[in-house]
Amino acid sequence: MTDVTLTTTPASEPARSKSLLEIDERTKKRNAAETRFKFYGIGAIGIGVFFLVALLVSILSNGLSAFTQTSISLPVPLVQSEIEAAEKSIVKTSKYRDIIGAVLIEKLKTAGVSTDMDSKKLLQIMSSGAPGALREFVLANPDAIGTTVPFDFLTSSRVDGYFKGRVTRAALAEDKNLDSAHLDIVDQLKEQGSVTSGFNWQFIFGSDASDSRPEQAGIGVAMVGSFYMMLVVLCLALPIGVAASIYLEEFAPKNRLTDVIEVNISNLAAVPSIVFGILGLAAFIQFAHLPQSAPLVGGLVLTLMTLPTIIISTRASLQSVPPSIRDAALGIGASKMQSVFHHVLPLAMPGILTGTIIGLAQALGETAPLLLIGMVGFIASEYPSGVFEGFLSPNSAMPAQIYEWAKRADPAFYERAWGGIIILLLFLMTMNIVAIILRRRFERRW
Amino acid sequence: MSEVSGAIRTADEFEPNKATAMENTKISADKVQVYYGDTHAIKDVSINIRAQTVTAFIGPSGCGKSTFLRCLNRMNDTIDICRVEGRIAIDDEDIYDPKVDPVQLRAKVGMVFQKPNPFPKSIYDNVSYGPRIHGLVRRKSELDDIVASSLQKAGLWEEVKDRLDSPGTGLSGGQQQRLCIARAIAVSPEVILMDEPCSALDPIATAKVEELIDELRENYTIVIVTHSMQQAARVSQRTAFFHLGNLVEVGDTQDIFTNPRDKRTQDYITGRFG
Ligand SMILES: Nc1ncnc2c1ncn2[C@@H]1O[C@H](COP(=O)(O)OP(=O)(O)O)[C@@H](O)[C@H]1O
Ligand SMILES: [Mg+2]
Repeated sequence: MTDVTLTTTPASEPARSKSLLEIDERTKKRNAAETRFKFYGIGAIGIGVFFLVALLVSILSNGLSAFTQTSISLPVPLVQSEIEAAEKSIVKTSKYRDIIGAVLIEKLKTAGVSTDMDSKKLLQIMSSGAPGALREFVLANPDAIGTTVPFDFLTSSRVDGYFKGRVTRAALAEDKNLDSAHLDIVDQLKEQGSVTSGFNWQFIFGSDASDSRPEQAGIGVAMVGSFYMMLVVLCLALPIGVAASIYLEEFAPKNRLTDVIEVNISNLAAVPSIVFGILGLAAFIQFAHLPQSAPLVGGLVLTLMTLPTIIISTRASLQSVPPSIRDAALGIGASKMQSVFHHVLPLAMPGILTGTIIGLAQALGETAPLLLIGMVGFIASEYPSGVFEGFLSPNSAMPAQIYEWAKRADPAFYERAWGGIIILLLFLMTMNIVAIILRRRFERRW
Repeated sequence: MSEVSGAIRTADEFEPNKATAMENTKISADKVQVYYGDTHAIKDVSINIRAQTVTAFIGPSGCGKSTFLRCLNRMNDTIDICRVEGRIAIDDEDIYDPKVDPVQLRAKVGMVFQKPNPFPKSIYDNVSYGPRIHGLVRRKSELDDIVASSLQKAGLWEEVKDRLDSPGTGLSGGQQQRLCIARAIAVSPEVILMDEPCSALDPIATAKVEELIDELRENYTIVIVTHSMQQAARVSQRTAFFHLGNLVEVGDTQDIFTNPRDKRTQDYITGRFG
């Protein structure tokens, strides 16, 4: 800066114009600064992209295996007398286990696989949920008794992990449940096509399972819980948020009180979600005596959390509607309300919808407040039987279920936690894409 | 100067009515004060605005022309800090009376703004919106008639009759402004306020709108704010000169432009014309 003034001012003669072909110092400096800034920018984006890719790669590499599951197919003869005996006994599933054990030994014999293990030991290659699954089938299909039904049983999570490369023979040395002999058997069965791996529908549609049978655990019921919570959030937060914003933005007088309200709404948006959780516990469960772990309560808590987001984005989009539109409506004698509802609101709609969807997406991924109101994993083992139960019967939610799985010791659960994250991310991505599409579609020029 | 003499001719035709001018008052303002917070924007303005006449408000920027115009249909109500004192009456009814609903008032006193501001809807919807909210029509055919006649009066019908469903925002600036005039006319107002309606338009579009204003004079009382003195001379019969919130002078347009009584008016006019 200074050297430029020095060179031009002392000579009072009219400044000679410099050649445009040579670049002066100042311009060089400015260009250099610009180039440097571009590199910073590219660097920053590069770092961001790197972490994103690393995140996606680790999620996919850890989680994709949750979407396949090894199963073993056995033809089970459902003999009338055996089933009657089983149904009469006290521990019914243990009798069913005997049936399956016999079938398995038979299978190995015909397959020419030799083993000295007894049926109980052998059965450890199968999920401990297998007898229960068989019994359920029998109860649901009494007509099938007397026939031989080809059955696909889940293998145990260790066997499943062996085929996915998670469990190694070396690691089995310390495992009480399974040893190398088991793996030799499943390897031979696999060669013969009796052990196959396929898409894990149970993971998507099933419910959480107990600690000892991760192979049965699924996220479906938690998904339903999340769905009912989102319904609650949408039905409450959208109308309340939009009404509050419209009132504050268009009707409320600008005074101390509205200023205070405004500041508080902004503050609420920054309140940690766990605070909303404890508030929900105190207000909805302890005071209002709503049922614990119910999606209704979860939805109410998440509504509180989402409201500020929706209000802030709605107000921003109302503000972005040009005042000339309001003038135009008022100028031909529309009432304030008509001008807002006929003209301003439709123009603000894309922004409102985007804000709402982003708020919903936030709520969908929120975990902490749900844990406080008891929406942890392994709460519901069945789908709710109706809409009413959907709202009120105890359930979990996707992120809480993921958290629950990540806590458990068995690596098979860990795999499912990652798988659950993939599903959650798919939902979030879908919602964001919908938000973008809505924005594009409804955006109008004025 | 030729435009000015043209305006004088128009004013001459108007001359016969001059005798009845006094009983012809449509809007009368008496000692109006307007404050924006602590700013005293309009000081003690009293003026009578005649029916079936174009009255132009002229004056330097920021002198309060728009502010006073917006008092006439209470658009200033929408500005929180704005306060109006004094009496403004239309047909001898005080429009600031607590019993008056501004919504009804604005149906009677339409407004056209500086920047064309059609709704981002179809041309048809733009014009039909007013009649619909005021319940002026029962049947769709009546609405069609109002839309057509409003667009005809606004001189836009020939240009848009084949594309009433296309968006109003897709028209050219001048067409948009005439659409806004049609929209104002559609609710059958008695007074039309225009705040620099041509300032965003090119000369050809301006000429069209001016022509239109001259035609509308037959049926409506028109008040137009303009920063162009040529325009005031071309379209108006009465002119009011504002300066720093004061109404300095009001009179027949030809008088104001040929022998202004006040020094400030003279300076302003000669400054621009010289
Ligand atoms: N909304 C407002 N808030 C505060 N002051 C305003 C507002 N509108 C106009 N004013 C003030 O009132 C005075 C008159 O403005 P305006 O009526 O717009 O003048 P003109 O239309 O003659 O250019 C100006 O000093 C302006 O700063
Ligand atoms: Mg103005």
